[in-house]
Amino acid sequence: MSMELIKPGIHLDFVGKMKYAIIFSVILAVIAIGSVIFHRGLNLGIDFAGGSIIQVKFQKEVSADQIRTALKATKLESSIIQQFGVNEFLIRTHESFSDHNILVVNLEQPLTSAFKKDYEIRRIEVVGSKVGSDFQRKAIFAVIFSWIAMLIYITWRFEFRYALGGIIALVHDVLIIIGTVSILNMEFTISILAAIFFIIGFSINDTIVVLDRVRENVKLNPRQKLSDIINMSVNQTLSRTILTSLTVFLTVLALYIFGGAVIHDLAFSLMVGVVFGTYSSVFISCPIVLLFENLQISKMKKGK
Amino acid sequence: MFKSLKLRGAITLVVCLGALYFLIPTFISNIPSPWDKYMSKEKIHLGLDLQGGMHLVLEIDTDKALETMMERTSNDLKESLMDNKVRFRNLEKASGAKIAMELTESEGKTALEKVLHDKYPDLEIGSTSPREGGQFVTLKINDKRASELKRLTVEHSLETIRNRVDQFGIAEPEIVPEGENRILIQLPGIKDPERAKNLIGKTALLEFKIVDEENSMEEALRGNLPEGDIIAYGLRSNKATTERVSSPYLLKDKALLTGASLETAKVQIADRFGNPTVSLTFNSQGADDFERITGENVRKKLAIVLDGVVHSAPVIQERISGGHAQISGNFTMDEAHDLAIVLRAGALPAPVNILEERTVGPSLGNDSIRQGIMATMIGSILVILFMVIYYRFSGAVADLALIINIVLVLGILAAFRATLTLPGIAGLLLTVGVAVDANILIFERIREELRTGKTIRISLETGYHRAFMTIIDTHITGIVAAVFLIMFGTGPIKGFAVTTIIGLLASLFTAVFVTRVIFDYVTWNFNIKKLSI
Repeated sequence: MSMELIKPGIHLDFVGKMKYAIIFSVILAVIAIGSVIFHRGLNLGIDFAGGSIIQVKFQKEVSADQIRTALKATKLESSIIQQFGVNEFLIRTHESFSDHNILVVNLEQPLTSAFKKDYEIRRIEVVGSKVGSDFQRKAIFAVIFSWIAMLIYITWRFEFRYALGGIIALVHDVLIIIGTVSILNMEFTISILAAIFFIIGFSINDTIVVLDRVRENVKLNPRQKLSDIINMSVNQTLSRTILTSLTVFLTVLALYIFGGAVIHDLAFSLMVGVVFGTYSSVFISCPIVLLFENLQISKMKKGK
Repeated sequence: MFKSLKLRGAITLVVCLGALYFLIPTFISNIPSPWDKYMSKEKIHLGLDLQGGMHLVLEIDTDKALETMMERTSNDLKESLMDNKVRFRNLEKASGAKIAMELTESEGKTALEKVLHDKYPDLEIGSTSPREGGQFVTLKINDKRASELKRLTVEHSLETIRNRVDQFGIAEPEIVPEGENRILIQLPGIKDPERAKNLIGKTALLEFKIVDEENSMEEALRGNLPEGDIIAYGLRSNKATTERVSSPYLLKDKALLTGASLETAKVQIADRFGNPTVSLTFNSQGADDFERITGENVRKKLAIVLDGVVHSAPVIQERISGGHAQISGNFTMDEAHDLAIVLRAGALPAPVNILEERTVGPSLGNDSIRQGIMATMIGSILVILFMVIYYRFSGAVADLALIINIVLVLGILAAFRATLTLPGIAGLLLTVGVAVDANILIFERIREELRTGKTIRISLETGYHRAFMTIIDTHITGIVAAVFLIMFGTGPIKGFAVTTIIGLLASLFTAVFVTRVIFDYVTWNFNIKKLSI
């Protein structure tokens, strides 16, 4: 006997629950936007805001406070010091130090006098503020254009109302990722942006699979109410949706646990995205399609 | 689709062998002869985040190049106007790459236009306003020429930087223009990033200027700079303390000779203490000029100025023929070596600013490779186990396709010299998760068909057929999303997008085509009562 996570005859009432899902999602979106406003915008990483990151690894156990003490009265005094793996730290500042001497005087000399030679500078990244604002602009454009591209593609392959449902689900997913990053006060880095794009691709996949089934079922049962068809389609594709999300989640989890500190941000936002991307394609894109249908029907009734 | 199983099997085999062929150099470093002749030389190219190195984005100050050019033109223009008896006053370079002057005759403008037309086709009159007994005129470079100059400046800078990096001896550097006035430089495995940065970013404008000893330095420092003079600083070592102190020089501004007249530059050990100097050899024109200049200025001091800093200012004892000169000054061996390189490669036509700098040490790179491979292995094993537990035999088929998928992605990366970065490894692992999606879609569909009581072969047929368009749609949208990410262009993240795209394309082949071949082979050759799915 083969394994079945979801029994074939399953018939959950998704459509009936969609109202709650939409309320839930609206609340989440409000929290996400609220958090961004409360934090006065996102905590942008150096890729977007300009600045410097220095990754230092120590041979012995060292605390962030010890490093802070060592850097007192230097230009790095007000930098953010963050643990990054075992005995490893990130020192971040919003100034772009492209002159090596500044780093020697403000970092290497104080560290050497505090910890002798028991440390190694493993990474230095310096981004000018001009590049940062360029990236910001490009990022916003790229995200919006990717939405538009998806809208066009799905309109071409399906119908506009389906496309609209899919895109609103995408906007929802991106909002949730950004909101999570904001609430946890994580830095918004280029890795998180990469995760957003992956999730855009992933989430629209789920939506397409469901919508494909909806279209097929509409052809098979032209008389049936759309809400029933959507419910049927979601149920029929449910096991695939869950299985795929599960396999992707397994890989993302492996990345999060074993992939190392450098890609922690990427893996974390992917995890959030996979969960909500799956949820949104079932609970967000379908209700929008239905909503549209109902609007059209009521318009037609008014027309009569 | 192709009906012939043999043909489809052969295609699968060829593709797999092809991918393996391109992967051989990556995994086996010493291929014995005579086999090495037939092998591709390309290993999988690791990104800087994995092998360590430096990533730089430079901005070329092309406006500055225009300013410099106008500065020079304004001097020439003065002479041309005098030659043509056009009367003017207060001709000087104004800010914003313009030349400002007053014409003191009413018909001056026509005369000026004629001079411009004959000798300065790149200049045009920007604005005029009437003045008592004449006009106030500003000149600017016409837009077409200005943008051409900017483009040439970028090209020239690119060329110069390439030369410098080549001579410095860095394996597999990548130096490419980016946007309008930016240059992206990737230097893998570099040991001393600071030195490389100095080498690349130094303008290296070498000038020979006469020291003005007729006028008083004190006066000049007080602000009464004699016409045509400048103050430059140089480091002089204090004999007593051996400290280097900055001291001013009063120089005639006109450069008599520049680095452009050099044939070559070499490091030489000058004295018995082993102190290095850089010896210069002029090209034939430069040698003639140098002989003339030294002949005309015997007993005067000739300052050797590099990027505005006086390196030395020896007294010219006699006319120097033969076209040799020397730059001494307390260099370390490395400094002298690098100076010789930048002088040989020539000066940058405009100053550069470092916009972005990322340096990754080799130890961090190694850690990242280790962790990336670890995560990929564990993630893949989890998915493989999951598939085989959930779908049994069919899961094993999907797993085989998955392994082929990974081999294909790596093979394509190697064959096309794409770069594998840490986010790229993450992308590879993610495609593992996504690639099985196609199989899950197909298998779930087949299960549905089987449940309705259809035969195995018809269920397979319908399952693949029904799922096909959905799979195409999901792959295309996935690729579109990744393409938007590529627009970002920066190293590691671009790698993520690239592996994702390659992975999606490969999975279209492995998850749909390859698995079907296996299923067809099994169901056509063996009498199977029940499909293990």
